[in-house]
Amino acid sequence: MSSIPLPAESAVPIGRLKFNRLRNVKERGIEALMFLAAFVSVMTTLGIVYVLVSESIVFFQRVPLSDFLFDTQWTPLFDDAHYGIMVLLSGTITSSAVALLVAIPLGTIIAIYLSEFAPFTVREVAKPFLELLGGVPTIIYGYFALVVVTPLLQMIYPDLPGFNLLAAGIVMGIMIIPYVASLSEDAMRAVPMSLREGSYAMGATRLQTALRVVMPAATSGIASAYILGISRAVGETMILAVAAGMQPNLTFNPAEPGATVTSYIVQVALGDLPHGSIGYQTIFAAGLMLMLMTLVFNLLGYYMRKKFREVY
Amino acid sequence: MTNAAQSLPPLKAEARDLNFHYGKFHALKGINMPVYDKKVTALIGPSGCGKSTFLRCFNRMHDLYPGNRYEGSIDFHPDRTNLLAPDIDPIEVRMRISMVFQKPNPFPKSIYENVAYGLRVRGEKSRSVVDDKVEAALRGAALWEEVKNRLKEPGANLSGGQQQRLCIARALASDPELMLFDEPTSALDPIATASIEELVSELKEKVTVLIVTHNMQQAARISDYTAYMYMGEMIEFGVTDEIFIKPAKKQTEDYITGRFG
Amino acid sequence: MNQQELQALRELIASHKRWDWLFGLLGVFALMIGVLTFTALFANMAIDGIGRIDADFLTSFPSRRAANAGILSAWVGSLLVMLVTAFAAVPIGVAAGVYLEEYAPKNWLTDIIEINISNLAGVPSIIYGLLALGLFVYTFGLGQSILTAGLTLALLILPVVIVATREAIRAIPQIIREGSYACGATTWQTVRDHIVPYSSAGILTGIIIGMARAIGETAPIITIGALTFIAFLPPAPFAGEPPAGMFDWLFAPFTVMPIQMFNWTSRPEAAFAVNAAAAGFLLVLMTLAMNGLAIWLRYRLRKSIKW
Repeated sequence: MSSIPLPAESAVPIGRLKFNRLRNVKERGIEALMFLAAFVSVMTTLGIVYVLVSESIVFFQRVPLSDFLFDTQWTPLFDDAHYGIMVLLSGTITSSAVALLVAIPLGTIIAIYLSEFAPFTVREVAKPFLELLGGVPTIIYGYFALVVVTPLLQMIYPDLPGFNLLAAGIVMGIMIIPYVASLSEDAMRAVPMSLREGSYAMGATRLQTALRVVMPAATSGIASAYILGISRAVGETMILAVAAGMQPNLTFNPAEPGATVTSYIVQVALGDLPHGSIGYQTIFAAGLMLMLMTLVFNLLGYYMRKKFREVY
Repeated sequence: MTNAAQSLPPLKAEARDLNFHYGKFHALKGINMPVYDKKVTALIGPSGCGKSTFLRCFNRMHDLYPGNRYEGSIDFHPDRTNLLAPDIDPIEVRMRISMVFQKPNPFPKSIYENVAYGLRVRGEKSRSVVDDKVEAALRGAALWEEVKNRLKEPGANLSGGQQQRLCIARALASDPELMLFDEPTSALDPIATASIEELVSELKEKVTVLIVTHNMQQAARISDYTAYMYMGEMIEFGVTDEIFIKPAKKQTEDYITGRFG
Repeated sequence: MNQQELQALRELIASHKRWDWLFGLLGVFALMIGVLTFTALFANMAIDGIGRIDADFLTSFPSRRAANAGILSAWVGSLLVMLVTAFAAVPIGVAAGVYLEEYAPKNWLTDIIEINISNLAGVPSIIYGLLALGLFVYTFGLGQSILTAGLTLALLILPVVIVATREAIRAIPQIIREGSYACGATTWQTVRDHIVPYSSAGILTGIIIGMARAIGETAPIITIGALTFIAFLPPAPFAGEPPAGMFDWLFAPFTVMPIQMFNWTSRPEAAFAVNAAAAGFLLVLMTLAMNGLAIWLRYRLRKSIKW
């Protein structure tokens, strides 16, 4: 036993320590790099806020806030310039309302159907299909609204202009269906089977169980699906730029053409406004408006999730 | 045995040559068993013996999942409807036979709406009828005094034992002819368990009870008849006192005396 | 229960089941609206555009005359922009995902990063365009270039890549990590040898979905000022006037497929609408192929992995 030689005591610990130090430095370095990567997202947000706010400040030094909020005309590029954001908001609200009237009922029905009614194979095919539908570029939907849906609507309603908020809104709604359906379905599927069994054991039908037990239990998930749908509609750009025309128009009638906050930004960007001109700054003011709306919906979604947090 | 046989109560249901398959798995093998009217019948046996599977045949819960298959019949008296017949709607079965589950599963609704659920499902519109039935069911489940001032609160706010009594009230409110209990106390503490047991014993005044339990003392305390099941087969069925004092089969005796593995 | 009561009960159930049946029909109908729209959209572009797709269409620059116009500069532009996007988004996204799952301490900073990522996923894409216009184009002086566009789209799809990476990593059971640490591995060694390799298929799925989204994005690229009429290609490495470098193309003006399509869509002449349909058809095929690949990969993954 004693014949086994012991390692020399002095050499090893020093070598180990040196090695440890080197290794720790490398580990720390890698960790720092990865932290930076994660921090890019925070930088992005800060960048967005900085750009929008700094350009908007310059804008609001030239245009009083009251004009921005209450003027009923939006003609920033005319000699007689008006900056009433309401005009763009009316387009955004009208087209979003049409889109949500399509997306929320259909999306909810599809979600209930897939989660509570559909046989396994139908669900296995329909879910990826919905995902594909959500992956189609929005410019394609815009083209579809302009070239297919508007002419179809004109058959029913001959006075409809070639550019209108209605066709754009309907197609936007169809584009949003996958988001609403998929997230609502996830929320409903997360409702534990024991609740469904409790309901079925009382002699409830599928529809009764879906409407009276599963949907109330999944309220928070369904609400956040709706809110995501709303924020998609408000932020959608290309469908409106292609199919709704880009003339600012203070209207809540979907059968008219109109510009939205987003399509106005595209319109300005397509021309070449000099950096620093008031026209250039309007798009940042419009962007700030859009960002604030998105923020409100995000907060609303957060509040809904808190309020209706599922307790099973 | 002869004594008991002469004074047999009327039948409420009777399983005859019942076989059940989960896909390829033969879960219940040729089960024959009577359920007597206004009595408590307990199903005992080791885990996985098929007692819950058997219980869930009575309200056709297996119909909710694909790949399940019944053979044989469960006759439901007095109208002798075969509960398992393909032309009998499981919904009809579940409206006549209610169930209380292993873990309390109150709906995410108010206490009142939980109890009223069965009536809502039946399309009962009259406010006063619903009010009366909810109160009667909550009294029947010994919960009324505790919750009468908080009927609008969510059912989830109640304690575990109260939640289970809420589920019993829910099952009672629609005047079932038979109540199924699937190990109703396994998720509860001893005090809540005692109150549920007492409740089950009282229930048989009005309704027939079939209860699965893997607590033998519980079966002995509350049931009139006991069935011992093992590996999907009905080993022995009889009056509870006889089963526990003088079982006819060695297998039953081994299980009851704890000599079973 | 007597026969009369039973009869009443059966009638009640029959009426309830009619509603069930009606709703089932409604569900199929709602799904069909989706299916029909998609079919109509696809068929419409195929019928209008497929005759226009040939070698000339792929190898010609845009032109004032619709019949001569092609998408050469558009698809080359898309390809190069995607290259930049992938080079930026993949390492940053994967590293961020790994950091949040394997390294991040539970503190307020981590919370902020997490909340921030989920908020960014809901920011409209055109806002990213404004960010790029203000920051990349003017403040950093990168101009209206391929580099700017690639970085913008990289920021846009970063949340997709990060979320997919985190989900893939979360599926790895804790015992795998413990096994690695028990062998004396450091965190980085565990990440490099186990975490990333084992989650690579899931990460890849997320990357493909992100890239499919980036390739169809139009609004942010228009906002940074991509030109719609480009009749030349970006310089090849080391080509052109000395001192030409390897990466001159990064700073070249460009156009991409969806912008070319948008440009043609907004022209009044019918012949350009045909071009738009042809470009759109190719674009849809590309995004469908990428999304389809991702879905298939995920399906395979779900079937094959057993921990």
